[in-house]
Amino acid sequence: MSKIEHNMSLTPEAATKLSTRQKLASGIGLVGLFILVLAIANVNFPNKPLFLSLSLGLIALGTVIFANDLYLGKHAGIKNDGVWFKSLSGRGFWAWVLGIVLTLFYVVLYWFPQYLGLNADGQNTGIISLFDPLSKLISGNPASQWFVYGTLYTLAILAFGYKFILKYRNNRYEVIRTFSVMFFQLGFAFLIPEILIRLNQPYYNPANIWPLNYDLFTDYKINEFLSAGNVGVIMLVFGLISIFVITPILTYKYGKRWYCSWVCGCGGLAETAGDPYRQLSDKSQHAWKIERWVIHSVLVFVTVMTIAVLYSFLGDSANDFWLTKDAFLWGTAGFLTLLFAVIMIFKRKELAKDAKYGAIGYLVVILSIICINYFSGNGNIFFFGGYQLREWYGFLIGAAFSGVIGVGFYPIFGSRVWCRYGCPMAAILGMQQRLFSRFRITTNGGQCISCGNCSTYCEMGIDVRAYAQKGENIVRSSCVGCGICSAVCPRGVLKLENDDMEGRINSEEVLLGNDVNLMDLVNQKSK
Amino acid sequence: MIGINLDYLANMEHIVIIGNGIAGITCARHIRKNSDAKITVISAESDYFFSRTALMYVYMGHMKWNHLKPYEDWFWEKNRIDLKKAWVDTIDFEGKTLHFSSEETMSYDKLVLATGSVYNKFGWEGQDLEGVQGLVSKQDLELLEKNTQTCQKAVIIGGGLIGVELAEMLNTRNIEVTFLIREEAFWHNVLPIQDAKLISKHIRSHGVDLREETELDRIIGNQDGKVTSIITNSGEEIECQLVGLCTGVRPNIDFLADSALETDKGILVDEFLQTNIKDVFAIGDCAQVKQPLPHRKPIEAVWYAGRMMGETLAQTLTGNTMKYKPGNWFNSAKFFDIEYQTYGNVSAQPGDNEMHFHWQHKDNTKAITIAFDANSNKFLGINTFGIRMRHAIFDQWLNENRKIDHVLANLKQANFDPEFYTQHEKEIFKSFKENLQKV
Repeated sequence: MSKIEHNMSLTPEAATKLSTRQKLASGIGLVGLFILVLAIANVNFPNKPLFLSLSLGLIALGTVIFANDLYLGKHAGIKNDGVWFKSLSGRGFWAWVLGIVLTLFYVVLYWFPQYLGLNADGQNTGIISLFDPLSKLISGNPASQWFVYGTLYTLAILAFGYKFILKYRNNRYEVIRTFSVMFFQLGFAFLIPEILIRLNQPYYNPANIWPLNYDLFTDYKINEFLSAGNVGVIMLVFGLISIFVITPILTYKYGKRWYCSWVCGCGGLAETAGDPYRQLSDKSQHAWKIERWVIHSVLVFVTVMTIAVLYSFLGDSANDFWLTKDAFLWGTAGFLTLLFAVIMIFKRKELAKDAKYGAIGYLVVILSIICINYFSGNGNIFFFGGYQLREWYGFLIGAAFSGVIGVGFYPIFGSRVWCRYGCPMAAILGMQQRLFSRFRITTNGGQCISCGNCSTYCEMGIDVRAYAQKGENIVRSSCVGCGICSAVCPRGVLKLENDDMEGRINSEEVLLGNDVNLMDLVNQKSK
Repeated sequence: MIGINLDYLANMEHIVIIGNGIAGITCARHIRKNSDAKITVISAESDYFFSRTALMYVYMGHMKWNHLKPYEDWFWEKNRIDLKKAWVDTIDFEGKTLHFSSEETMSYDKLVLATGSVYNKFGWEGQDLEGVQGLVSKQDLELLEKNTQTCQKAVIIGGGLIGVELAEMLNTRNIEVTFLIREEAFWHNVLPIQDAKLISKHIRSHGVDLREETELDRIIGNQDGKVTSIITNSGEEIECQLVGLCTGVRPNIDFLADSALETDKGILVDEFLQTNIKDVFAIGDCAQVKQPLPHRKPIEAVWYAGRMMGETLAQTLTGNTMKYKPGNWFNSAKFFDIEYQTYGNVSAQPGDNEMHFHWQHKDNTKAITIAFDANSNKFLGINTFGIRMRHAIFDQWLNENRKIDHVLANLKQANFDPEFYTQHEKEIFKSFKENLQKV
C-alpha cells in the first residue's frame, strides 16, 4: 500500500508547527488551566476572586491571542490546512490524551464531586470553593460542581466561539450563528437560571427543552414550579408550549438548525470548542444505520420514562387535580397513536422500509408497556417505578452518554456524537425536519466534483457528497444546519435554504449541463 | 430457483472499461442500472475510484485518502462491478483481448477506453530530472510528497488550473513558489483580461511570485540528477528544488500507438462515442469528438464532460443508442480563496460581435463578467468570481435566449451565496446602467 493511503508517517512540519506567538498563547492558557488543577489538588488560594479571575482570564486570553495569530492578517477563507496532520485534530497522540483527560473529568464531575471539593456538610473546598465568589456574586449561593462546570462550559463556548468567528469570518451565516449560540449559552443557559435562584424562583433555562431537559416534567420540578406561584406556572406552561407549539413551528420554517446549531448548549459546545474535531465523525452507511436505531431508542426511553414519572406523580381522583392517572395515560397513548397514524397516512411514501418497521415497533413497545402497566395495576410502568426509570435514564443517558461519551470523546469520534446518536430532542426535530419542514440543502445543478470536503467536514457524519454528486438536494433528519458543508465546498454547490415543501426532495438525477433527453430517460428508468 | 443458471452467465456480455476515473466509473454505474452485463473496470492507478479533483486536499491535510473515495469499498461488489488492478500493455482488437503487463490476458465483448490524461512535456532540457513533475495521478501526488520533503523553493510552469492548485498546495508547506505563465495575466487564454488580472492579483496576495509573459527555457540539475534551478526565456536563473509542469494535459493514448485504432490528439470518436473499431468506445479526457457541437471543443478534459460521456455511453451500451449531446457549457474552479463558476461562453478575446460587461467589487475578491451579443443583446455567458450562482437559472436563461437586460434585472434569482451574505445585484445593475450611458 502506498504512503498516501496510510500517511501517518507523513507529518509535514510546516503545516503543523506552532508560531512563537501561538506557543506563548498556549502557555498563557495553560497557566490559567494550571490554577484550576492546583485548586483541584486542594491548594487553598488566599484571594479567591483574584485567582479565579486570573485563571478564567488567562484561559480566555490565551485562546484569543492564539486565534488572532492563527487567523488575523491572513486571507479570509477556508482554514483547514494540516487538519489531518495535527496530532490533536488528526486522532494522534495528543487527541487520545485530551480524550482521556476530558472523560476522567466527566466521571469525577458526575459521580465523584467530592474530589472537586463538594462537601456534604460544611463549606466547599478545592476547585468548587474557588468558584464560590463568582457563584455568590450571581446567585447569592456558594458554588456547586454544576456551577463550576457551567462556568467552564460557558467560557469554552465564548472563547472558542471567538476563534470560530475569526476562522469563518468570510461567512456571515457562520458568524451570526455563532453569536447566537454564544448569546444563548451566556444568557439563557448560564445567567438566567442563576439569577432566578437569586430571586427565589425555580432554576429554569427556557432554551433547554424537554426531552433534552429530561427533568422538566419530573415530580420535584413540577412541585417546584407549582410552589413558585405564577412565575412557576408560566415556566411550566412555557415548557409545554416549547415542545408542542414553538418547536414544530420553527422547525417547519427553518429546519432543526434553529435549535441544534443556533440555540442549544450541547450544539453550541460542539460548534465552538468541538469545531477542530468535526471531521472525525464516521461517514459510513453502517454508522448511519446504528445512529437511527440508537437515537430513536433513546427517544422511546425518555418518552416512557417521562410517562412513568408523571403517572406516579398524578393522583387517582379528579377531585384533586383535573388530570388523573388514567386520563393522562390514555391521553398519551391516544396522542402517540394519532401522531403515528398521521405520519403513516400522509408521509408513508417518504419512509424507507426500515423506518416503517421501526416506527411500528416503537409504537407497539410504548403501547404494550402502557397496557401491561394498566392491566397489572401495580402502579409501575415496565416493572420498575417511574423514579427508578428516571435514575437509570439520568445515569445512562444524561450522564454517561451525553457527558462522558458525548464530550469526552470529542477528539476521537468527533464533536456531535451525542447530538447524532443520543439526543432525543434531535430525534424529534429530525423526524419533523425529514417529513415536514421547508429546510433543505440545495445542490447546484451539475457543479459537484465529488471532492468530498462536504462529507469530510460534516460533523453529523452525513455523506453529503453522495447526494450532491447526483444533483439531489440533501434532506436528512440528522442535519443540524451548521452550514459548514456549504462553506468548505470549493465549487459553490451547496446552499442551506428554506423554501416550498414542493420539490424539496428530488430523488431524481438532475445533473444539469447534460443532454435534456438523456436526463429524462435516466429518471424514467429509476422510477 | 436453486443455484445459478450457468448458461445465462456464460452468455452474459462482458463489458470492459479501461480507466477508473469519473468517465469510466460513471459509465460502469449506469450500465449496471440498466443491465446485468458483466462489468470489469481496469486501473493500474488505484484500487478504487477516487476524486481526482481533490488530490490537492490530501496534500494540504484537509482530507485523508479515504475521503477521496465517493463510494465505500463494499459498493463495487454489491453492484457487481469487478475491479481489476492491472496495466494494459496492448490491445488485440481483432481477437478482442487485452494483454496486461503481467502477461495475463482478458477478453471482452465491448471495450470502453477511459484512460484519461497525462501532463504535457514539451521537450525541455532537463525535463526528466528528479524533482521535475506534473500533477495528474495518484502516483504524481505520492511523488510530490517525496519531492517536497526538503524542498525550499519551487517553480511552477504554466498558468492553468493545476498550476494554481499546485501553488496553493506548496504554499501550505511554506515552500516559496515562483509561478511562470506565458500570458499577460493568469489563465488569460480562457479568462477575459480583467478577470485574469483579478486572479493574478489574488495569487500574488498569497505571496506567490507570479511572473507573467515568462516561459521556461531549460531546467538545470546537479550531478545527482536532481533539479537545482531553471532558466527562463529571458535568461534569468531561478533556484529551485521542485519544478511543477502544469502546461496542460493531453490524452493518455501512447499505449495505443501503432494499433488499428484511429487517433489524432485523442482517440477519435463519432457522435455515439464509438471509435473506428466496432465495439470499442472512448470517453472522457482521452476521447476526441470528430464533429463536436458548435459550442463545444473536440477534447474537453474536465470532470463534467467525463461524467456526461459516461452516462451517455452507458445508454448506448445497454441497448438505447444515444448521441453525445452536451448542453450549455459550464465549469468551476477555485483560485486560492476565490471561487469561480462559468455558465455559457465568455471569450477570452471577444470579437466584434461579443460585448462584455464587467463588474468588480472594491475588495478585489468578487467580480462578474457577462458576455452578450453586440447586435441582439442576447446573453451569451457569465464568469462569476466570489459570488455563487445557480446553475439551473443560467441554464434556463441560456436555453430561452434571454437578453442581457433580463439577466441583470433578475440576477438576484440566480444568487446562490449562503444566507445572510451581502448581495451585490443592485450595485451590479446600477454599474451596468451607468456604463451603458457612457457608451
